[in-house]
Amino acid sequence: MSDCWPAITMQVNGESRTVYVSPMKRLLDVLREDLHLTGAKEGCGEGECGSCSVRMDGELVNSCLVPVLQAEGAEIQTVEGLATKGVLHPLQQSFLACGGAQCGICTPGMLMASAQLIEHNPHPSLAEIREALAGNLCRCTGFMRIFESVLAAATDASNSETRQAHRAR
Amino acid sequence: MRGNSEAHQLVAPGSLSAVLELLAAEPGVWTPIAGGTELMVAYSAGRLNAAKLVNLWGIRELRFIDAADGSISIGAGATFADMRRHAGLCEGWPLMARAASWIGSVANQTRATLGGNLVNGSPAADSSPALLVYDAEIELISVRGSRRIPYCEFHTGYKRNVLAPDELVYALHMPRRFAQHKQYLRKVGTRRAMAISKIALAGTALAQGGTVAEIRLAAASLAPFPARLYKTEQAILGLPVTPETIAAARNALLAEAAPIDDIRSTAGYRKRVAANLVEEFLIEAAQEEAQP
Repeated sequence: MSDCWPAITMQVNGESRTVYVSPMKRLLDVLREDLHLTGAKEGCGEGECGSCSVRMDGELVNSCLVPVLQAEGAEIQTVEGLATKGVLHPLQQSFLACGGAQCGICTPGMLMASAQLIEHNPHPSLAEIREALAGNLCRCTGFMRIFESVLAAATDASNSETRQAHRAR
Repeated sequence: MRGNSEAHQLVAPGSLSAVLELLAAEPGVWTPIAGGTELMVAYSAGRLNAAKLVNLWGIRELRFIDAADGSISIGAGATFADMRRHAGLCEGWPLMARAASWIGSVANQTRATLGGNLVNGSPAADSSPALLVYDAEIELISVRGSRRIPYCEFHTGYKRNVLAPDELVYALHMPRRFAQHKQYLRKVGTRRAMAISKIALAGTALAQGGTVAEIRLAAASLAPFPARLYKTEQAILGLPVTPETIAAARNALLAEAAPIDDIRSTAGYRKRVAANLVEEFLIEAAQEEAQP
């Protein structure tokens, strides 16, 4: 049956990718099984834990709840697309520096939810970080190290913005 | 993950009219799916009964929020993220925007739609109490045309509604006439995010000359579907907010509410907390009028 599935094309981390799968197949499973991008994880499969979080057309979504047909033509960004040319994203660096990652199951989702937050709100308060990450569950860190990682990344970003502003003067 | 993707057919006709034609050609056969925050959960658990699904996600005719002088219209395909970000909705119908901000998490709000929330028809639906106290109307559409009915007449029983097999929810409309009203919304659940309500109460009330001239109360999780609390309203209407009025309102609510015991809470807890919320709202409304 699988040879007769229609083509579904998406931009994944900036690259055009085409799969031939059942339109009901979950985006999470397509990413992991068909495109071999195993960063996004399946935690609960119910949209409760956020470990499958990716960005779809600029919005954070739980990829376990997206039938891949709905991703046709969409721009998908996974955790694999956060680093550029081998250089870690500032959030990835601060998660490493602050102990924001332990077992790693929640980390890709935490990074994507944090990246979504920082992009729209470069200087979030602790309360805003908590709200933005409320849909991402961690069972190792107790969350504080994760919140501190996001705060640290935001502070570093604001420091570098300040430096740039100084240079511009 | 227990769902079998090959056991379900999912099609994307692409436009609203094409979806309506499909529903009309085979009424009751096709299950519409929008953001998937309900149906895909069932699918992953291997308990999605719908064999044939028709995609609504991405249909632009359904995803809009239009604020006019006298009203606002929200397309069934608008997401909760769309709603909480809409300045006109936040300003004119703050309870609706607040309810939208409480649903699930960021990643649920970007996908869950207003139409989906209502058609799913959970007794705990987050958007329903606010819609009810704003006198919302719901517009249904099919190839036969469209019809508008008061939203309070949409739900007819537990997970049952008035939708015909060939109909979709098109939009919700709310009048702009509550600016002078004291407005209230409180959701009680196990945690701030991601929690389904144990109980939620919304209210709009107009105090004039020391008495309650208008009041609308609506609750989630007090009945098989979200509903207005007409008898409780009647116990308050036209009276000053006194300890006697509050006691009468509490008694009316305890008599009117018909919650259940379930995994999230008990009937007794839900009734008692609902009565407390009504009392809190009345006291806030009275205080506001006392300090003009």
